[in-house]
Amino acid sequence: MINSSLKKLSQMLAKKEVSSVELTQAFLNRIDALNPEINAYIALDQEKTLAQAKAADIRIAAGNAEALTGIPIAQKDIFCAQGWQTTCGSKMLANFVAPYDAHVISQFDAAGAVNLGKTNMDEFAMGSSNETSYFGGVKNPWDFTRVPGGSSGGSAAAVAARLCAAATGTDTGGSIRQPASLCGFTGLKPTYGVVSRYGMIAFASSLDQAGPMAKSAEDCALMMNVMAGFDERDSTSLNREKEDYTRDLNKPLQGLRVGLPKEFFAEGLDANVGKVIDAAIAEYKKLGAEIVEISLPNTGLSIPVYYVLAPAEASSNLSRYDGVRYGHRAESYTDLMDMYCKTRAEGFGAEVKRRILIGTYVLSAGYYDAYYLKAQQIRRLIAQDFEEAFKHCDVIMGPAAPSTAFKAGEKVDDPVAMYLQDIYTISTNLAGLPGMSVPAGFSSGTDGKALPVGLQIIGNYFDEARMLNVAHQYQQVTDWHTRMPEGLA
Amino acid sequence: MEWEVVIGLETHAQLQTKTKIFSGASTEFGSEPNTQACEVSIALPGVLPVLNKEAVNCAIKFGLAVNAEITPRSVFARKNYFYPDLPKGYQISQYDEPLCFDGYLDVTVETPEGPQVVRVEIERVHMEEDTGKLTHAGGATGRIHGADYSLVDYNRAGIPLIEIVTKPVTGTGRLAPEVARAYVTELRNVIIALGVSDARMEEGSMRCDVNLSIAVPGAEWGTRSETKNVNSLRSGERAVRSEIERQASVLNNGGRVIQETRHFHEDTGRSTSGRSKEQAEDYRYFPDPDLVPVKPDAAWIETLRAGLPERPSIRRKRLKEQWAVPDKEFAAMVNADVLDIVEETVLLGADPTKARTWWLGEISRIANDQNVAIADLAITPADVAELVALVASGDLTDKLARQVVEGVIAGEGKPSEVVAKRGIKVVNDDGALMAAIEKVCAEQADTAEKVRGGHLPAAGALIGAVMKETAGQADAAKVRELLLKHLGQ
Amino acid sequence: MALSIEDIKKIAHLARIEVNDSDAAATLTKLTGILGLIEQMQAVNTEGIVPMSHSQDVVQRLREDVVTKSNQREAFQQIAPALGNGSAERAVDHGLYLVPKVIE
Repeated sequence: MINSSLKKLSQMLAKKEVSSVELTQAFLNRIDALNPEINAYIALDQEKTLAQAKAADIRIAAGNAEALTGIPIAQKDIFCAQGWQTTCGSKMLANFVAPYDAHVISQFDAAGAVNLGKTNMDEFAMGSSNETSYFGGVKNPWDFTRVPGGSSGGSAAAVAARLCAAATGTDTGGSIRQPASLCGFTGLKPTYGVVSRYGMIAFASSLDQAGPMAKSAEDCALMMNVMAGFDERDSTSLNREKEDYTRDLNKPLQGLRVGLPKEFFAEGLDANVGKVIDAAIAEYKKLGAEIVEISLPNTGLSIPVYYVLAPAEASSNLSRYDGVRYGHRAESYTDLMDMYCKTRAEGFGAEVKRRILIGTYVLSAGYYDAYYLKAQQIRRLIAQDFEEAFKHCDVIMGPAAPSTAFKAGEKVDDPVAMYLQDIYTISTNLAGLPGMSVPAGFSSGTDGKALPVGLQIIGNYFDEARMLNVAHQYQQVTDWHTRMPEGLA
Repeated sequence: MEWEVVIGLETHAQLQTKTKIFSGASTEFGSEPNTQACEVSIALPGVLPVLNKEAVNCAIKFGLAVNAEITPRSVFARKNYFYPDLPKGYQISQYDEPLCFDGYLDVTVETPEGPQVVRVEIERVHMEEDTGKLTHAGGATGRIHGADYSLVDYNRAGIPLIEIVTKPVTGTGRLAPEVARAYVTELRNVIIALGVSDARMEEGSMRCDVNLSIAVPGAEWGTRSETKNVNSLRSGERAVRSEIERQASVLNNGGRVIQETRHFHEDTGRSTSGRSKEQAEDYRYFPDPDLVPVKPDAAWIETLRAGLPERPSIRRKRLKEQWAVPDKEFAAMVNADVLDIVEETVLLGADPTKARTWWLGEISRIANDQNVAIADLAITPADVAELVALVASGDLTDKLARQVVEGVIAGEGKPSEVVAKRGIKVVNDDGALMAAIEKVCAEQADTAEKVRGGHLPAAGALIGAVMKETAGQADAAKVRELLLKHLGQ
Repeated sequence: MALSIEDIKKIAHLARIEVNDSDAAATLTKLTGILGLIEQMQAVNTEGIVPMSHSQDVVQRLREDVVTKSNQREAFQQIAPALGNGSAERAVDHGLYLVPKVIE
């Protein structure tokens, strides 16, 4: 049951083979058993969760069920959920109980899904290993000595360890795709503007997007049907016709043009990871795909550009955390200035503080043109690279991360080394394109342990249905996505 | 010493929209603290701004009314700084690409040589949000004792503002104070005529900052100071005058004018030094990534342009011509702010000169005596129109009409009601008048003889006595006519 | 662009984050590394390139001027922080938020 797809669970609920309460309780029990070790969840509220499950059962009995009614979903703790502790992985919001629902949360509520709990994450979504969380690191279910990736590390571990039926994440520079790769499941970052950001605690406004993290492409498509859609409260939300993301899943891939950017297969990519990706590409050839070599020449610049723009926007977005109206306030202070400075020094962790300082610096007088403006210009060049590439291919493929899951503590002291984790994913966020990571196999780490490797699929704007089709077809002929860590059954 | 004076005026006007600029919270004045502070107004985590269409309408209308260009692509920017009344830690304003630019307002100032028209060029008009309100606890408020705390009310946070910035106004020399006052006055007239703001300076819905520098004629511009807290038209004039004096004094004593912000005091007519602007705050402006460009199209602009009310200066010209009012008298009407009320009276059928005489004369006098504004008296244009009609038809004399005015203002009702209640009647009956005349001539035979003898001035006493005899209800001119006839003159 | 401890202190002040001397030194090292990364941008010629803020060329949606929010003071002030300096009371009084006295 814990391994069942969303479609299967929905069928079981409809046939009364299991009730939502039973299903939910099963996951809650599993969380009880495994979460103390894995630390995937920050906040749990059995009472609230089971109440939702009960309501779902009533709805199912009345014949009003939708695809996700009664199904327990883990929510990344970046989404404000009314009455729930919403911490964003930070001490600054450790005691913040959200008084309203994010759009994403309302969508799941309306669909009758069950909120299993709030998952752990890198503080304010800044990180690639979940090690910056105020609530402690998260263990990669495949190897407890390693990180699950980040910033959606808690959701990643929850999916991989089957502590939920599916989960939500957010992706600003790779925070859904990289953990999906490191933990061996399917994750999707939609086109910018497709999922509303209202109620999603802001990190970098022009890059943040929420998306599904689940056991298969089909599951992700069902999640997208709930999450996507126009929200008038978000000025960057796009008003487009409602889509059914499952509509193209079964299309054959004959004639699909797959672009392989030569910059994604160069120095920096772990050789063993490269081998797994190569095998996946070979599989796609068998499915009828045509491989095209393309170039995304400005890929290398995506990291510096990102580390100007994201911290700049974040430095401003995080100014509201000043101890006045909610959240952490310093316990002792002498005057207003002292209160601000102590509150923010105490409430934010080291990585968040670093990024606020960088962001403040690149926006400051005299530096705006050289840094911020320059980065926005290169951003356009990066988007143009993709535009050009998509003239020659339908989707782009490559690795999602340069290596498999690394050991906890390995990169915490070297921010730049940590930042390089995102080398393959960041450019998609800068261009606003949709991106996925699909389990493609296993590669050994230095100690011989087999660890998951994800294949990244990048699509053109609004091409999620095709990407899900491309992933789904692969998942019909491979079973990487069905694997689960041994010993966690 | 004739100094070259350069002034710049920055005016903020609160727009009279029903809701805030970026959220649907009410803007109603006078509500309990923080009862109109929605989640966007207090900057809860995850909230986003959506632009109010009516605010943009107001800003465009104002831009058109001051002959400005409306930009085809306008962008909002974040102005970053920390203050308790600024919940996000940044104000959403505009930096590059303001909504309107390159406008002007022609104002008239009185000079010894006659009226002079000065064109004040407007650099830009942009939109931004107002801050919350900070007050300082002076004493016990509930549980909190002492003046250790400041209190914040966010009801005002997010109310739309337009900021109007002039280009440096040069060449006004010693007329600078008058030009400043004339400009702010005319600005206010335009704003009120458009109905976009109630522009009450004493209440803060219109605020003015004065920038000023002086220099030796022909030399480079001097260092500029900024004076805030200019809360009335008169203060604007005084602030400019006192600042010229102050800077002149500094320079005459061999000192250096420092760039600073000064605070104007109504009671002393002088300003004191506030924050030094030598270390200007670094606002780190950058385009707000939560908003996208506003692109007013030609059709929208033309619809607004077609609906603009008559420009105040045009209207004044038209009324002056229509009513055939000499310059000085017209200026008096404008200065006393009775133009609107006189026009209303004229539209109800009153003769313009008579209407003007009543409002500027008797009614103004009463208002002054009672120390209130004309608008606060209980007499309306309809009342005055009725009065003028009664005098014109002979039912009242001017003298009797004055009594009626007193009665209306005292709350005794409309003119016809006051006439009835007080039994005011013009004694028109020649017979009754003759009876009174004969009586008086008999009682003051000596005086009557004088008049018979050709000494006409003596008639005054007799007329006065007749008026008394008729309880003031005779028409003095008629009495004189009959009296003189009776006495053979 | 070489940073100094003074720069760190200035930026920290702008960002209202207290950075003590020992932290400042460590921060300086890490930030210098990050800035080195950012410097790579200077290698590219971007003359004439229009900066990109958003991927889609969208026009701002405009909201009708109709009140849609009601009074939520109680709910919002329930989550106000504690006053601090020895008091565990909420930093609100008679509906107003309390901050340390602001000196104009």
